[in-house]
Amino acid sequence: MTQHDYTVVIGLEVHVQLKTQTKLFCGCSTEFGAPPNTNVCPVCLGLPGALPVLNDEAITLAIRTGLAINCNIPPMTKWDRKQYFYPDLPKGYQISQFDLPICADGAIDIADPADPESTRRIGIIRAHLEEDAGKSMHDESAGISESRIDLNRCGTPLLEIVSQPDMRTAAEAKAFLTELKLLLTHLDVSDCEMQEGSLRVDANVNLHIDVDGQIAKTPIVEIKNMNSFRAVERAIAYETERQYLVWSETGATIEENPKTTRGWDDGKEQTFPQREKEESADYRYFPDPDLLPLRIPESRIEQIRSELGELPAQTRERLEQQYSIKAYDADVIVNQGRAMITYFESAAEISKDGRRTSAWLQQDVMRTMKERDLEIASFPITSSSLGELIRRISVNELETTRGRDVFNYLLDHPQATVDAATAALGIEAVDTSEIDTLCNELLAANPQVIEDVRAGKMQALGMLIGQAKKKNRNANPQLVRETLLAKINSA
Amino acid sequence: MLDSATEILRLQQAGELTASEVVRRSLDRIDAIQPSLNPFTHVARESALAQAEKIDAKRSAGETLGPLAGVPVAVKDVLCTADMPTTCSSRMLENFRPPYDSTVVQKLRAADAIIIGKTNMDEFAMGASTETSAFGITRNPWDPARTPGGSSGGAAACVAASCVPLSIGTDTGGSIRQPAAFCGITGLKPTYGRVSRFGLIAFASSLDQAGPMAWSVEDTALLLQAIAGFEPRDSTSLDRQVPDYMAAIQSQDVRGLKIGVIRDSLESEGLDDEQRRAVNEAIEVYKDLGAEIIDVNLPNSKYSVPTYYVIAPCEASSNLSRYDGAHYGHRATNVDPRSPLGPLAATYCASREEGFGAEVKRRIMIGTYALSTGYYDAYYSKALKVRRLIRGDYDAAFSQVDMLLGPVTPTSAFELGAKLDDPIQMYLCDLFTVGANLAGIPAISLPGGHDASGLPIGIQLQAPALEESRLLLTAAAFQQATTHHTARPRDIGGAS
Repeated sequence: MTQHDYTVVIGLEVHVQLKTQTKLFCGCSTEFGAPPNTNVCPVCLGLPGALPVLNDEAITLAIRTGLAINCNIPPMTKWDRKQYFYPDLPKGYQISQFDLPICADGAIDIADPADPESTRRIGIIRAHLEEDAGKSMHDESAGISESRIDLNRCGTPLLEIVSQPDMRTAAEAKAFLTELKLLLTHLDVSDCEMQEGSLRVDANVNLHIDVDGQIAKTPIVEIKNMNSFRAVERAIAYETERQYLVWSETGATIEENPKTTRGWDDGKEQTFPQREKEESADYRYFPDPDLLPLRIPESRIEQIRSELGELPAQTRERLEQQYSIKAYDADVIVNQGRAMITYFESAAEISKDGRRTSAWLQQDVMRTMKERDLEIASFPITSSSLGELIRRISVNELETTRGRDVFNYLLDHPQATVDAATAALGIEAVDTSEIDTLCNELLAANPQVIEDVRAGKMQALGMLIGQAKKKNRNANPQLVRETLLAKINSA
Repeated sequence: MLDSATEILRLQQAGELTASEVVRRSLDRIDAIQPSLNPFTHVARESALAQAEKIDAKRSAGETLGPLAGVPVAVKDVLCTADMPTTCSSRMLENFRPPYDSTVVQKLRAADAIIIGKTNMDEFAMGASTETSAFGITRNPWDPARTPGGSSGGAAACVAASCVPLSIGTDTGGSIRQPAAFCGITGLKPTYGRVSRFGLIAFASSLDQAGPMAWSVEDTALLLQAIAGFEPRDSTSLDRQVPDYMAAIQSQDVRGLKIGVIRDSLESEGLDDEQRRAVNEAIEVYKDLGAEIIDVNLPNSKYSVPTYYVIAPCEASSNLSRYDGAHYGHRATNVDPRSPLGPLAATYCASREEGFGAEVKRRIMIGTYALSTGYYDAYYSKALKVRRLIRGDYDAAFSQVDMLLGPVTPTSAFELGAKLDDPIQMYLCDLFTVGANLAGIPAISLPGGHDASGLPIGIQLQAPALEESRLLLTAAAFQQATTHHTARPRDIGGAS
């Protein structure tokens, strides 16, 4: 069978729960994990006669997000009812935004997974506010079929962010989600906890297959039920292969079957067909007559813009320039979040050596965090201690291998200072005059080495450096080497 | 005595009558007419008596009392009451007790009014005859063979039968004004947003408005004063100062007032001669009072009924989606477990099939259809455009005149059953009233005389948004000059 080239086309729909104190249209708490049906009132229960009143905080968070993902915030937005019957939707409709979303036409730049030094721009079609539905729990164990409804989540504000189908690999989709999550947590608009449902992702995937210059498009599959970014990546990879196989066998294209929904089974690592909601064919959207259209004055948008602060992309650029580190390194640090950026900056201020600080952070610090399952906030070595340690290495007061000893000592003695650590390890600062004397002694005792070095046998120096270490274990080998060379060259 | 709130207040203040006495008389009267006329869905006997005793005790203790202290008020059964059932005259909500009071009811309680009970209505306020109620029809006190109108039929009939002096109705397309006209009383639909809809069970959210019903304009103003005002729990409520309506009606001077007569209404083929005569007589009354009469036209008013019967069912189809039997209200018990719909959809269908009456289902069907993909633009979207044109007509008219005068209904109260099987005829009852709802403006129906069979005829005044004071003043001047509002149904008379 001929293998055809194809392009994977991926668009993502991300539902993000906004971190408001209260729900979108009533005063109930949005707290996660409360006993079922306790955070409810006549409004979110959809009781007859109850009316929605907009929570303005959700508007602020939506605008903040919209600006951060480079969207336009139109001067007027409005509310529409999306209608379908389901027991966790007590009004029989969801208040959402249909044709005038609060954010439109944005983009997010992500690091290109295929080339870490360059970026890819992923378009954002829109982001709109809507109220969440409740939760249905179906228990079909022990031969009974029972459904329970918890309406605590009902009315919680969601921002649905819809990307352009601009991603071409599963890795790009993951990079997009990572960057979006970083941005949203940085902006403090959402917790983005996939496990708690405060971030939910659906992926739309199909293939554009090159058949002798003609493009055959496979039916779009919307993948649901993915509970981690890793799952998103795997599901897209699985779906890519599955769609190619199905197309190879049946030749089915988007013209015959525009779109289907499939779920992701994390255990089996497979997608499976999902029965569509029967009413999904026609939501009969229309403007909600209980809510007035919302006018957003330019001054409000500008106010929120002025309070945005530095966004991750800007931080990367600044770190690159301010600390002379590579784009890749800035990316790694910034992707760890605000606490890591602060840690890095305060360490680098003291070390006066951004590159070395970045290297230590990525190797020693992050490795230890991983091994010991630590957050940077609870890392045993303070940023100032690490900064001081790196400063000493940087100015040759301490050699790197001894520096590692200090690092390890500090890990186990979180209260200790760098001075205390060096003292405890018997590391003493070696004066240059001491090194000078030491080198004179060594050269006097080994005249043959001078000849060898002059003849280009640099390895002869190694022997002297080894002897120097024996005589004084704190002697910095780099300094010894430099001193020896200077003396040989000037003799 | 039970036909004037102002009189009840005066007698209580003078110490010549107690609230308990008033409530007992009201309950006696209800007992006497309820079996034949059926205006009530619920009578709150114990709580009304208890409340009256409290008010009497407060009065004898010299405490300050609210503006409606000791006055019995009936509330249409579409407004939520925490201590009484709230059914919308539907099987669907037969056993529903809301956990909260509507704003209107809260304000009535705050004014020390006594809520005597809940009144019958067309199911979910959909109808013009109170015949679609699941709890029996209500009859017209002027002629029990005829309808009291609707949907606030119980609200109008209980005033006309002198059970209570004051009654709260709701008006989505004429549901206060038409029954007021049929029952010979006064009824006012306020500006949209003037009275909060919080706790008013929605039929058509952009049109629904609660308002006062009473014999006189004075009592109407008194009741409006108590229920009007901003409610932060209602996003469509207007955050505007409420004028002193009682003060406004003291001046009944309409000299120089420009009253527009809606020519196309008056010349409408659908209008009965006797209704036309009543409007012409009212014109003469206002001329005599020194008002200037100017002819105006509302060119798009011919589209108002079709526009209304797209917008209202669209909103209704959505508002009534919540009644699915899952959380509250009627749930079918005999659901076929092998239904091809599956157990969930089958339960929904059976619950709604059993819980809703024919007219409600008809409107849900119309609204669902009109909002569906492919029909939205042709129906709902177009109806919204026409609604803007109708508003524009009113704006243009009110740039020339202060007030509009015209008929309320095409005919007097019709016989029970006459239009029940002909929805189009029933919908045409709203011909002269839906305009005010579509434009969101205030309008009042006033007793304007009687036809040859002795049935009341209403006349309608409409004013620009938030001009309830002007509306009430103009209406009060009419009642000062006429006696139509003092006429009582024959076998009931003025005495009770």
